[in-house]
Amino acid sequence: MTTGILGKKLGMAQVFDTQGRVIPVTVIEAGPCTVIQRKTAQNDGYDAVQIGFQQMRAHRVGKPMLGHFQKAGKGAFRALQEIRLEGSDPLEVGSEIKVDIFKEGDVVDVMGHTKGRGFAGVIKRWNFKGGRATHGSMFHRAPGSIGASAYPSRVIKNMKMAGHLGNERVTILNLRVVGVQPEKNLLLVRGAVPGAKNSLVYVRPAVKKQGN
Amino acid sequence: MAMSLLQDVEAAQLRKDLPPFHVGDTVRVFSRIREGEKERVQYFEGIVIGFHRNGIATTFKVRKESYGVGVERTYPIHSPLLERIEVKKKGDVRRAKLFYLRGVSGKRARIREKKDWLSKKGPVVPSEGVAESAADAAPPADTPKE
Repeated sequence: MTTGILGKKLGMAQVFDTQGRVIPVTVIEAGPCTVIQRKTAQNDGYDAVQIGFQQMRAHRVGKPMLGHFQKAGKGAFRALQEIRLEGSDPLEVGSEIKVDIFKEGDVVDVMGHTKGRGFAGVIKRWNFKGGRATHGSMFHRAPGSIGASAYPSRVIKNMKMAGHLGNERVTILNLRVVGVQPEKNLLLVRGAVPGAKNSLVYVRPAVKKQGN
Repeated sequence: MAMSLLQDVEAAQLRKDLPPFHVGDTVRVFSRIREGEKERVQYFEGIVIGFHRNGIATTFKVRKESYGVGVERTYPIHSPLLERIEVKKKGDVRRAKLFYLRGVSGKRARIREKKDWLSKKGPVVPSEGVAESAADAAPPADTPKE
């Protein structure tokens, strides 16, 4: 069953494995998620489920969304995610997806929005080297030349320049599940995950997993 | 709420069986070492020169002088590889990090022994230190070089 789950990044910690080695982990409070909508090949042209995470009060939701939530009859949710399914799947509207869809040793992908860094210069955004700070250097953090003159008489596309950095959706592939605590809805994933603490993340089984 | 869940994850692995020790104490740290197939216990004795406190990631640094060369080791205090820790001597120090020991040797590298003035039993000597307590004014670590 290929499904995923929405969660909240709680922060990072470390655990010791059986050989006493330190493993850095990100702790994710994953689910429980409720199936809000079931899309079928006959109705929608493809099979999918829409899941909701983090219950919220119904009066905080606009009328169009309220009607959508009422079809499932499980209250309103803060975050929604559609997940494609392979063929028909027994998942019913209103049923719950919990963190126990994963187990220790699984390989997962985690998506999240990175921390926004605003308008960033080329040193921060593209790891340019920058110039000397002192001794009369007049070249500090500027990008330098961005191209030649008469030919080509324009700046080539995708030139690395200053601009907005962060706050984009990023997928980290192939993270190992170090632990699952279904009673607390906790998922421990090896390594770092995009986003700030308390930000929304989506965890799915790895799509590009190599080997076994 | 969120913070406490994070601490829950750590709490299960925290070690509470180790004796309390502080900066300035002379300790003997027994750690399990794996060599190929075999596992053995190795100890490292020296002065605790600092703690880096960070929940489950807390570490402490032990320094000793070995054949005239300063050696420092950093141990994760909650590591399951730590067999046990013996507190050999309690030190009386006035700062949290004893990194100044790196730059001094001989008499300057001494650390006063902590005395327990309240219990009227004389200085606290944790283990096998009856003979040492009489000479607690003597330098705890190495003898000064000529």
